[in-house]
Amino acid sequence: MAGPLEQFKIKPLIELPSIGGIDISYTNSALWMTIAVVVVMLFLMLGTRQRALVPGRWQSMAEMTYEFVNNMLTDQAGSGGKPFFPFVFTLFMFILAGNLLGMVPYSFTFTSHIIVTFGLAFVVFIGVTIIGFIRHGAHFLSFFVPKGVPAVMLILLVPIEILSYLIRPVSLSIRLFANMMAGHTMLKVFAGFVVGLGVLGGWAPLALNVVLTGFEILVALLQTYVFAVLTCIYLNDALHMEH
Amino acid sequence: MPQLDPTFFGTQLFWLAVSFIVLYLLMSRLAIPRIGGVLKQREDKIQGDLETAQRLKEETKSVIAAYEKALADARGEAQALARQTSDAANAESAQRQQEVSDRIARELAEAEKRIAAARSEAMANVRVMAAEVAQSAFARLTGSPADAGRVKVAVDAALKGGS
Repeated sequence: MAGPLEQFKIKPLIELPSIGGIDISYTNSALWMTIAVVVVMLFLMLGTRQRALVPGRWQSMAEMTYEFVNNMLTDQAGSGGKPFFPFVFTLFMFILAGNLLGMVPYSFTFTSHIIVTFGLAFVVFIGVTIIGFIRHGAHFLSFFVPKGVPAVMLILLVPIEILSYLIRPVSLSIRLFANMMAGHTMLKVFAGFVVGLGVLGGWAPLALNVVLTGFEILVALLQTYVFAVLTCIYLNDALHMEH
Repeated sequence: MPQLDPTFFGTQLFWLAVSFIVLYLLMSRLAIPRIGGVLKQREDKIQGDLETAQRLKEETKSVIAAYEKALADARGEAQALARQTSDAANAESAQRQQEVSDRIARELAEAEKRIAAARSEAMANVRVMAAEVAQSAFARLTGSPADAGRVKVAVDAALKGGS
């Protein structure tokens, strides 16, 4: 029987020549990213293919996710965040699909890999910083100087502010990665107990696993929301420079 | 922990970039315009319907106002007409009454005149008859004929005193 961490193993499916010394083999992780793209597009496009004035159930769901992300962005970043809606919506749907597809048995959860979540968080971080400098120029650096604080304190506070800003992509990526990994590992551990305890004692961990599965779906949704909402908050900081 | 094995960092980042960019392009070119269009269309439709309803409501209001105005006008006109008619009728009846009372007065005067004439005629007859009666009564009582002239004077005096 496979260990609890076996599920996170990357397996190359198609060997591809490396580009510039980087191996770009098509792996199970890449496969599930592809599936996520296809599923997201099918969900949104097939749901709205009739463009009904009075939406059916599927179209309602597609519209609700759209409006949910739209409202989230407008609430956090105001109307100035509108141009970044496609990015935020893509990010939200990509992570949501990754998290939820990970709940399918025998699938691979690409959001349980730190390098993937860090890649996403780093894009957000770099993008937000660039937006901040484009919007405010060098004035954006005053973001790190808290207002109404004595000059002496600034010697201490400015490095803290800069550090807390730089730590954003790390905390953002670790939060998602750790949540996904911990949940999936726990499911696997209890599934191992089911087998280990056999027909007589296995029912207890099985029941627990059912509960945990439901809990994991909640975590999958919640962590998607947290990632997207923090992206919106960072975007708001860059656009409006408010603490 | 397989997550910390850097062997596959490159391929994961590469395919993450590829799939994310592909999804971003598909979303921004296809999905978002479509859903946004559907929502916009619905919003426009609802807004349009609300505006139509508002316009129809105002139209109804104005029609009702026009109707009420017409009603008030008609009522005023009817009242004026009624007043006019009743005035005319009153005038006519007053005139009729005047005519009738005039005629009655005229006829009354004529009748009185006739009565007076009849009366004076009757009185004349009475005088002649009284004179004759007195003459014949005198003759019967005295046996001698009465003097017609003195009898006439006496009768006249008696009639004057009696009347």
